[in-house]
Amino acid sequence: MQASDKSTATGWQHDVYAVLRAHDVTQFSYVPDAGHIILIDLCIADPDVHAIALTTEEEGVALAAGANLGDARAVLLMQSSGVGNCINFLSLIKGGKFPFLTLVSMRGEFGEGNPWQIPMGQAVRPVLEAMGVICMEVSEPDDAVPAVEAAATMVYKAGSAVAVLLTQKLLGAKAF
Amino acid sequence: MADSSTTPIFELNRRTAVPALIGEHEDFLIVSGLAGTSKDMASLTGDAAHLYAMAGAMGAAAGMGLGLALAQPDRRVLAITGDGELLMNVGTLATIAVLDPANLSILCVDNGHYGETGYQKSHTSFGVDLERIAIGAGFKMSCTIERKNQLARGAAMLRQSNGACFVLLRVSPGEPPAVKRLLEPAAARVRFRTALLGRA
Repeated sequence: MQASDKSTATGWQHDVYAVLRAHDVTQFSYVPDAGHIILIDLCIADPDVHAIALTTEEEGVALAAGANLGDARAVLLMQSSGVGNCINFLSLIKGGKFPFLTLVSMRGEFGEGNPWQIPMGQAVRPVLEAMGVICMEVSEPDDAVPAVEAAATMVYKAGSAVAVLLTQKLLGAKAF
Repeated sequence: MADSSTTPIFELNRRTAVPALIGEHEDFLIVSGLAGTSKDMASLTGDAAHLYAMAGAMGAAAGMGLGLALAQPDRRVLAITGDGELLMNVGTLATIAVLDPANLSILCVDNGHYGETGYQKSHTSFGVDLERIAIGAGFKMSCTIERKNQLARGAAMLRQSNGACFVLLRVSPGEPPAVKRLLEPAAARVRFRTALLGRA
C-alpha cells in the first residue's frame, strides 16, 4: 500500500470506532494485530473506555460474558489465528446466550503468502459457525461501517453472537 | 523413580475455609469456575442470583470476573477458581494485573488436584506456586492462606478496595459440598442480570 493513499484506505476504521462507541461499547479487548492497529490505538487513547490487552483471545470471550452480566458492552478485536484459541470458551456464549461481537482481521485467505496462516484462516468461518457465531464478511471499505452497524445491532439488540470478518481484500495481504 | 516428596499436612479444608474467607457473600457479585468452586459457592449462597457458577468453559472464571468488575465499578466482584481451572488460562492473571481494577478479588482454592476428573494431581502438587505466578504477573496484593490463624488476613484482603488482589487458599483434597444448582447457563445469566439490574 502506498503511503499517499493510506489515510483514505483506513479511514473506515475511525468510522467503525465511532459506530462501536455510538452503541456504547466500553470494553475493547484485543490481541495486538496490524489489521486492527487503528482501532486499538483509538481505544487506548479514549478515556471513556477500557482498553484490555489480552494474553490470548479466549480471555476476550470470557470478558465479554462478564461485561454482559454487569450490563456493559464489549468487543473483541483479534486476528483469524486467534479464532482457534476461542473455540471452547464460545460454549459460554452459545450456552449462556450471551451477546458477543468480534471483529476478525483475516489472514490465510485472499493473497496470503505465509503458509502458516492458511489452515486457521480457512477454518475461521466453519469453526465460528459450528459454535453458533454468525459471520459477516467485509471486502470493501465502503461496506465496513454498515456491516459493523448491522452486527452491533444484531448483538446488542437481538443478543446474537456475530463475527465481522475483515478480509485481506479489504486489509491487503501482508507481503512475504 | 520413587516419589520422594512428602505428603503435606493440610490444616484447612474447603468446606469450612471458603465460607470463613468469604463471610457475608451478599457483599460480592460472584463468578465461579468449574467445578469444585461452583459447588462451594452454590452451597454457601444457596445457589443465589448474585452467583454465576460455571460448569464448563474451563479457564474462564477470572476473565469473566474482570469483565464484570469493569462493568460494575461500584460493586465488589469475587472470581473464585480452582488450581486446575486457573492453570487452564493462567495468563489472565497478567491481563487483570495490568488493568488492576480496584473492585476485583481472585480467590483460588488450591487442592492440588483435578477433583472433578478423579483427583489426578495438578501442577501445584508438584511445586507450582500460583501466588508467586500472580506476583510475577503484577498483582500488588496477594497472600497464601494455609493455616486457621491466616484466615482473617485473607478475608480482609478479599474486601480491600484499592486494587486487584489474589488470595491462594491451600486446602486438603476433599470433596466440595454436594448441592443442587442451576446448570442451565442462559437461565443463570437471566437470573443474575435480573437480580442486579432489575431486568434481563
